[in-house]
Amino acid sequence: MVKNLINWIDARIPMTATYNRHVGQYATPTNFNFWYFFGSLAMLVLVNQLLTGIWLTMNYVPTAEGAFASVEYIMRDVEYGWLLRYMHSTGASAFFVVIYLHMFRGLIYGSYQKPRELLWLFGMLIFLVLMAEAFMGYLLPWGQMSYWGAQVIISLFGAIPFIGDDLTLWIRGDYVISGATLNRFFALHVIALPLVLVVLVFLHLIALHEVGSNNPDGIEIKKNKDENGWPVDGIPFHPYYTVKDIMGVAGFLIVFCYVLFFIPEGGGYFLEKPNFEAANSMKTPEHIAPVWYFTPFYAILRAIPDKLAGVVMMGLSIAVLFVLPWLDRCKVKSVRYRSTLHKLNIAQFAVSFIVLGYLGVVPATPTLTIVAQVFTFTYFGFFVALWVYSKNEKTKPVPARLTH
Amino acid sequence: MKKLLIALVTLLPTLALAASGHKIHLEDANVDLHDKASLERGVDLFQHYCSGCHSTQYQRYERVATDIGISADDMRNKYMFTDAKIGELMQNAIPHKDAAKWFGATPPDLTLVARVRGEDWVYSYLKGFYKDPSRPFGVNNTVFPSVGMPHVLEELQGTPVKQADGSIVVTGGKLNAEEYDQAVRDITGFLVYSAEPVQLERKAMGWWVLGFLFIFFIVAYLLKKEYWKDVH
Repeated sequence: MVKNLINWIDARIPMTATYNRHVGQYATPTNFNFWYFFGSLAMLVLVNQLLTGIWLTMNYVPTAEGAFASVEYIMRDVEYGWLLRYMHSTGASAFFVVIYLHMFRGLIYGSYQKPRELLWLFGMLIFLVLMAEAFMGYLLPWGQMSYWGAQVIISLFGAIPFIGDDLTLWIRGDYVISGATLNRFFALHVIALPLVLVVLVFLHLIALHEVGSNNPDGIEIKKNKDENGWPVDGIPFHPYYTVKDIMGVAGFLIVFCYVLFFIPEGGGYFLEKPNFEAANSMKTPEHIAPVWYFTPFYAILRAIPDKLAGVVMMGLSIAVLFVLPWLDRCKVKSVRYRSTLHKLNIAQFAVSFIVLGYLGVVPATPTLTIVAQVFTFTYFGFFVALWVYSKNEKTKPVPARLTH
Repeated sequence: MKKLLIALVTLLPTLALAASGHKIHLEDANVDLHDKASLERGVDLFQHYCSGCHSTQYQRYERVATDIGISADDMRNKYMFTDAKIGELMQNAIPHKDAAKWFGATPPDLTLVARVRGEDWVYSYLKGFYKDPSRPFGVNNTVFPSVGMPHVLEELQGTPVKQADGSIVVTGGKLNAEEYDQAVRDITGFLVYSAEPVQLERKAMGWWVLGFLFIFFIVAYLLKKEYWKDVH
């Protein structure tokens, strides 16, 4: 009976073939470690954001007059509204935690290298859209930090010569951030960008399943197949990695739910304190800080004395990640078999990123500005150095089979 | 790389201290949200001394009554001074426009003040008034310089006068120092509750969720181990 139904469907759409290609018979390396949980976790958080977002939209009022009160209405009067709201707000920060770790995994194991350049590019586009999505979502609660954070970030576009002022006006739909801005950000946040995001995630997965997953050894498992054409070092994604990822999900949820139920404000980093005060265009907060996931790039912006140059450098700090597959000219992928220089370079890059992230949170002082300039230099230095030494890098021999 | 990370983590707090600069000293509020009697006294004091000018407009009377354990009749008769119905939001009696005219600014809504400023700030603020004839209302505040409101709790606390050494000496007042501290703690408690009414329920639920997840993690781990027996 069920078999007949499946045959009937398979004769019309490639259901079984698609399932086998992407899940049932998708050959996955046997040696995935801790770093490999974050891809599936990113999917989990995406689904969380989409679902809680839909339910929040049912009670949220996207007007300058009603937005702030409607969020408090969700927190107080909607049944489990507080849970939905915290799932969404904690989810936003969790999304970036997971994505940053996922990107770092790609960085250390060379997952961006040939033949995975497109996979990396789709991923970078996802990151870009995610930043826009988070930025627009942060305006919606219409708190003080929503308002002034958006004011600062949008004013950056004003630094662009000739078209700057017209461009900011076009983005805001008004001379200041207003209800008009809120309306369009709401539309983009709940429809346009999520659609783009889902399409990009689809393309990211298609690209991944076409070339196959990289692994901590950076070896192509497809190069070593048995007589049936199955990679010797491969196991089907289901059930091996489905059960493993469920374990990862459980571990992730313990951390996620701890934050959600016990410290939903995340120490003022996930929900900033001034944002519990309704937006007031007449009153500027003492210290305007973007949410933590933007702060590394914000610190680069502030480190440069000239506004336009700062905006350019901030843009470059993200743009340079797009061309990473072509900056790294080494044939060996994984950090395990690359030079000490490369290991040190990755370590200093991680440190630079974290320090910049910290500097973007705190108010700038002359000393901290110099520190920010140093770490801006080392941030970009990572890419320059990589391009220089990777051509003739002294690497270790790569094993023929996966190591465990 | 690990060593570098550890070095960095230990370095960060030092940088943080260097960056934060001067801070106003705040007293520890020691609020206990499980103390329903304190919360009810807080509602009482807030409604009598504060609600004339300050709304808690995101909050409903009925929800406060239910959460704190006040009967609907008590809420209506003892703590509601407008013609609002019990299911309505806690707006204040004076119109915003008039208030802005009288005080120079609309008295802010206080539903979320404990989340914006922190409970210790609220507590210290209520204890921070002192006599200052140069101010329009004759008082100033140690944690909120040039404050724009009178010391409404003066009949309880007495008249606080700042001494040359910076300490504050209080004379008169219906309450002694200890009783006043408790009264201020009661009001602070109500405002902490009001900023997030669900907070106790949230934490209680959190333990169950975490408990379930730990068990789920163990099951998931055993399942994974079972499936992976034949790999390697």
